[in-house]
Amino acid sequence: MKTSELSSFLGARCVQNAFTDRTIEGAYTTDLLSDAMGNAVDDGILITIQAHKNTVAVATLKDLCAIVICNDRPIPEDMIASARNEGIAIFVTGESQYVVSGKLYQKLNT
Amino acid sequence: MFSIPINQDNSPEAVLEILFKLKVKDVMTHPILTASPSDSLRHIQQIMKKNHITGIPIADAQSKLLGIVSMDDIVNALDNGWIEDQAGLHMTTNVIVLHESMSLSFCVSYFNKYSFGRFPVLDKESRVVGMVTASDVVSTLLIALNKEVERLEHTITPDHAADSAFPEAAQEERVVEFRTEPFNFEIAGQASTEIKKTLKAAGVETSITRRIGIASYELEINQVVHSEGGVMRYFISGEKLTIEAVDIGPGIPDLEKALTEGFSTATDRVRSLGFGAGMGLPNTKRVSDEFFIESSPGRGTTVRATFNLKGNPTA
Repeated sequence: MKTSELSSFLGARCVQNAFTDRTIEGAYTTDLLSDAMGNAVDDGILITIQAHKNTVAVATLKDLCAIVICNDRPIPEDMIASARNEGIAIFVTGESQYVVSGKLYQKLNT
Repeated sequence: MFSIPINQDNSPEAVLEILFKLKVKDVMTHPILTASPSDSLRHIQQIMKKNHITGIPIADAQSKLLGIVSMDDIVNALDNGWIEDQAGLHMTTNVIVLHESMSLSFCVSYFNKYSFGRFPVLDKESRVVGMVTASDVVSTLLIALNKEVERLEHTITPDHAADSAFPEAAQEERVVEFRTEPFNFEIAGQASTEIKKTLKAAGVETSITRRIGIASYELEINQVVHSEGGVMRYFISGEKLTIEAVDIGPGIPDLEKALTEGFSTATDRVRSLGFGAGMGLPNTKRVSDEFFIESSPGRGTTVRATFNLKGNPTA
């Protein structure tokens, strides 16, 4: 699955679309950035409600393709700006981390 | 009103360093005169005139700040005929303050953000301990810049001589340095992303740059969350990279606990940002090829994480 397919697959809004389209290698769900730092899948995506600039820093360091923000959490402008700089896509959905992870589980693990 | 023309985004490194190194307490006027809310504005005007100052903080018996009386307040009092009233009735109560341990860079942006000519300075216990005016900042900066220029002049000349005498001595180790500030999440992560870009550009293998990024970020966040400020240094040679994270305190009382996954002393505010999972140091140790930590309560913590840049990854 590619980053560009996430939006329609999840029914999520893309709020930062300046990214290189890559193959998603996996996903990790957590709201703890240090946990993401340790366990997120390289070249994968992060499913979280943690919507701020520091999440982008973690995503950059782990070479993630995208961040999926759940529960319609508001995205601060500086988060979008820094994600644009780093070329990391951001998607927002009203669904919970549980639902998003469930939808992606089959798709990414087969 | 008064702005301090320093561009904090792209001024020379030396200037930025001074702005971070100097604290508000280094530039403030101290001790200062304060007045009590029961003093008359007339009395305060006379103190101001006698001491050639343009504003006086109003504080209670415990030195707690209640307000400020500035030249404007005095002019208003004369205009409106309440110069004999108590200061407490007419002082400006909406006061923006600085903290004595804030960096000068913070102070400069305050002057440029608010149109006040002076800021009262508070200590840890919220007592008024000083005043900062724009001219305090400018004169301290000038002195610091003079010293720095002098120091640079001294270092540059012998270096050139050495360069031309021993061109082969250029077999260098590069050192890159970044500063962290307590609770400044704005700049947290900058050092790590910069280093990662540098290594990527130098063609270091992705799996290695990732491990370095992880260690660097965790150590950086540790300084932001737990320390009173610190420095991240990166020593890069052809073979190895060492991250040295040195902070100025407060130190770790129990190192073994700090290295245990899940143990954290982070505050609720820090946790709400997604930090404080108690995985920082364990993550760092896991991804490093060599790991060293030293800490003593009251002094500070030094962490050194070394990575082999030519492969042989251990994680």
